[in-house]
Amino acid sequence: MATTLTINGEPKSFDAPADMPLLWVLRDILGMTGTKFGCGIAQCGACTVHVDGKPVRSCMLPVGLVQNRAVTTIEGVGATPVGAKVQKAWLDLEVIQCGYCQSGQIMSAAALLAATPNPDDSDIDAAMAGNICRCGTYVRIRAAIKKAASQRQS
Amino acid sequence: MAIAQKISDGVSRRALLTGGLAGGFLIAFHLPVGAAPVNEPVQPPDDTAGKFAPNALIRIDPAGTTTLVMPQVEMGQGVYTSISMILAEELDADFAQVVLEHAPPSDKLYGNPMFGIQATGNSNSIRAWWPHLRTAGATARAMLVQAAAKQWQVDPASCTTANSEVTHKESGRTLSYGALALAASSEVPPKDVPLKDPKDFVLIGKPLKRLDTPDKTNGKAVYGIDAMLPNMKFATLKTCPVFGGKVAKVDDAAARKIPGVQKVVVSDDFVAVVGDHMWAAKKGLDALVIDWDEGPNAGLTSSDIWQDLRAASAKDGAVAKSVGDIDKGLATGDLLEAAYELPFLAHATMEPINATVHVTADACEIWTGTQVMTRVQSEAAKAAGLPVDKVIVNNHLLGGGFGRKLEADMVVKAVLIGKQVDGPVKVVWTREEDIQHDVYRPVYRDTIAATLSDGKIVGWKYRVSGSSIMARWFPAGFQKGVDIDGVDSAIDIPYDIPNLHVEFVRAEPKAVPTGFWRGVGPNNNVFAIECFMDELAKKAGKDPVDFRRGMLAKTPRFLAALNLAAEKSGWGEKLPARVGRGVSVQPSFASFIATVVEAEIDEQGEVKLRRVTCAVDTGIAVNPDTVMAQLEGGLIFGLTAALYGEVTIDKGRVQQSNFNDYRMLRIDQAPRIEVHVIKSGEAPGGIGETGVTAGPPALRNAIYAATGVALRRLPIDRTLLAVGRKS
Repeated sequence: MATTLTINGEPKSFDAPADMPLLWVLRDILGMTGTKFGCGIAQCGACTVHVDGKPVRSCMLPVGLVQNRAVTTIEGVGATPVGAKVQKAWLDLEVIQCGYCQSGQIMSAAALLAATPNPDDSDIDAAMAGNICRCGTYVRIRAAIKKAASQRQS
Repeated sequence: MAIAQKISDGVSRRALLTGGLAGGFLIAFHLPVGAAPVNEPVQPPDDTAGKFAPNALIRIDPAGTTTLVMPQVEMGQGVYTSISMILAEELDADFAQVVLEHAPPSDKLYGNPMFGIQATGNSNSIRAWWPHLRTAGATARAMLVQAAAKQWQVDPASCTTANSEVTHKESGRTLSYGALALAASSEVPPKDVPLKDPKDFVLIGKPLKRLDTPDKTNGKAVYGIDAMLPNMKFATLKTCPVFGGKVAKVDDAAARKIPGVQKVVVSDDFVAVVGDHMWAAKKGLDALVIDWDEGPNAGLTSSDIWQDLRAASAKDGAVAKSVGDIDKGLATGDLLEAAYELPFLAHATMEPINATVHVTADACEIWTGTQVMTRVQSEAAKAAGLPVDKVIVNNHLLGGGFGRKLEADMVVKAVLIGKQVDGPVKVVWTREEDIQHDVYRPVYRDTIAATLSDGKIVGWKYRVSGSSIMARWFPAGFQKGVDIDGVDSAIDIPYDIPNLHVEFVRAEPKAVPTGFWRGVGPNNNVFAIECFMDELAKKAGKDPVDFRRGMLAKTPRFLAALNLAAEKSGWGEKLPARVGRGVSVQPSFASFIATVVEAEIDEQGEVKLRRVTCAVDTGIAVNPDTVMAQLEGGLIFGLTAALYGEVTIDKGRVQQSNFNDYRMLRIDQAPRIEVHVIKSGEAPGGIGETGVTAGPPALRNAIYAATGVALRRLPIDRTLLAVGRKS
C-alpha cells in the first residue's frame, strides 16, 4: 500500500502493508535505525516516537493508522527546543550506559516536558514507567528530566 | 613491543568511530549504495603505512589524528572512555581529538591479558589492561619525544609533552605529534619505559565525559541490530520450544502467501522465515504450522531440576579451600545451618539477540555486537564450513551484554540461515525467542554450617552446588572438580574466620543451557554468605554492622567501606514499623564494597525500595563518574532479579516470554541511590558487575530486619512477607 508520512518534517512515501507496525517501516524500509525494537508488545518503550506530538509505541502501531500524520523520531527530536534540552541534560548528567533504550527514554521525556514543563516525581513516574532501562539508569533519568525542566524555555 | 604491527588480519571493514569537535564521536563513513538505506561504516583496509603505529592500540597520522583501537567492547560500562583515558594519559594525547575504533578479531593483538582470548567480561577490562595500556601509551610517547629530540639535537630528557605536542622549553620549540608521526615510526621503542607518577595524572581520576554517549542521544549510534546493507533481507526464527527437541515437519503453505516472505529455512532444531523486512518475516513465522519432535525433555519441570540439585548438594564436593581445622571449628560453639537457592535467570539485553551475515561459497562476513570477537569468528567458520581467515567480523556497540554475548550461538544460527540466502540477511530474535532460548544463569544451592563463639565465627563450612560454566566455556577454569568462578567471593570471603572450608559440587541442570550472567559466581556466593551473616549476627545478639566489623580488623579496605556505608546510610537511626535496613559487604572483582538498602514491606508483603547507599573502594577510579554510574545501574539490575527474576520450566520449555511475565524494575520503583567513591592509590579493581552482586543480599537483610522473615531463596516470595504469615 502506498503510504505517505511526514517524518521529522519531511514527507516520506513508501510501500508497506497497512498492518505493518511503524517501527519496522522506520527501521527496515526507511533505514532510520535510531528507533529501537525491544519487545514488540508495547511493554518496554524502546520504540517510542511522537505522532502529532504524542508519545506512541511504534512496535504496535499499524502504519495504516498514521497516514498523513506527523511523526517525530529520535533522529529529529533535537530540532525541537524541548528535545534539544532533553538531549543536553542527558549528556550533562551522563545518563546513558548501553544506550539502547535511550532513544525511547528521550522521546518519552521530551513528550512529558512538552505537555508538563515542570513535572514532579509522580508526573515523571507516570510518563516514564513504560520505558524499561536494563542498565538501570533511572536515577539519572529522573535527575536529567528535572534539569531539562529547569532550563529556561527557549 | 613490535613497531607498526598491522592491526588488521585482512579485515576489510570495521566500524570506524571518529571523534569530532570537543570529543564528539561520529560514525566516519556513510556510503550510500543505491536506494537502500545503508548505515554501515565502510572502511578501507587498515593501513598503517604513513602513520605512527607503535603497537596494536595507537595510530597517529601526519594530520595529528590519534586513533585508539579498543580491545574491549562497549556495552554500556563506559570502557571505551576509560581505556582511551588511560592510553591518552600516558601518551599525553589531546583527549578531545582522539578517534576510536572497534578492534577486529585477533587474540594475539587484542586478547584480554587475564583470559588470553579476546573477551570482555568478569569486570576485568581495566584490571587486565591497566599496565599494558599505560606501557603502550608511554612507549609511544617516548618514541615521539626521541624523534623530536633527534630533530632538535637535544637531550630527550629535556623535552616535555602535553596535548599531543612535544616541547623543548629551553629553546622554545614545539612539534605536534602529527608532525612527528613519520619520524617516530623509525625510532626504536625504549625498553622499560617509565610510567607516570599517579600524582601527575591529568585525565585519570577525572569524571570526563563519555565518548560514546553523544551519538546515543540522537539515533546515530550503530548497534549490531542496526546493521543495514545493500539488498539485505530480514529473518526471524523459532527454535523448538522444548530444550533438545527437533523440527519434525513444517507446513509453510500459508507463510509463503504472505507478501514480502521470501524463503523458509528449516534447520535441525529451528525454522526461520526470510522476508523483505522483519514484519514479513514475523508474520510468515506465525503462519507456519510446525510439528516438533519434542524429544526426551518434553516432561521436564523446574521441580525435577530442584530435586536433582538438592540431592547433589547433599554430597561432598571438591575442596576449593580449606584453612585451619574445619572439624574442630564446627565442634566449637553454637552451630547454625542454612541453605540458600537462586533461580534460573534470562539476560534480556534491551537489544534483542541478533546477527547479520553474508555467506557466500568462499567467504562469510558478520555484523554483530559481541563480547567474544574471535570466538564468533571461529564458530562462524565452523558453521559456514570455511577456514577462519575467510570470516570477517565487524563488531558494534552492544545494547547490553550481561554475559549473553559471551556466547556465539546466535551467530551460528544466523550463519546456518545465511547459507541458504543469496545476499546479506539480518536475523533478529523476537523478545519471546530471546527469553525462551537464552543461555541461563544457573540455578544454585548453597549450604552453610557455621559456629559462633564470643560473637565471632569459629568454623565455616560452605558448599556451592550448581553448573560449572567454566568447564564448557573456559576449561582451564575448571580443575579438580572446582569451578573458579563458582567459588569466587566464597574462597576470598572478607571475614577473618580461623577454620574455613569451601567446596564445589558440579551439578548440571538437565537440558537447560547455562552461561555467565552479570555478576557471575559472586552473585550467588555473596548472596548466600551475606544473608547467613545476618542470621549469625541475630544468633549472636549483635547488630549486623557491628558483627561484621568484628571480623574485618585484618582487611581495612572492607572496614573503611563498611564504616562509610553505615555512616552515610544513617545506620542505627530509628525507622518506622516494617521498614528495615540491610547491609552487605563483598570482595568481588577486586573492589571493596559495602552497601546498605532501606526497604519498606507493606501488609500484603509488597516491597518498596526506599534508599540505597553504597561505599566503594575500587583502587584508582579511572573515571569516578563511570564508577558511580555502574554501581547505580548494577544495583538496579541486581534488585530487579531479587524482586522479580525467575525463569521456570514446565513441559520442557521456558514459561516466561516477554517483559509482561519476565518483569523488570521500572523508574517508579527505583530507589534513591547514593554511591560514595573512596579515594585510593591502589591498582584499579573491577566495577561493571559489582552493583548487581551488592543489591540482593542487602535487600534481603533489610526485609529480615523489617519483618523478621529470613528469606533463603530468590526471587522474594511476597506471600511469606504478608502480615499474619510466617515462613
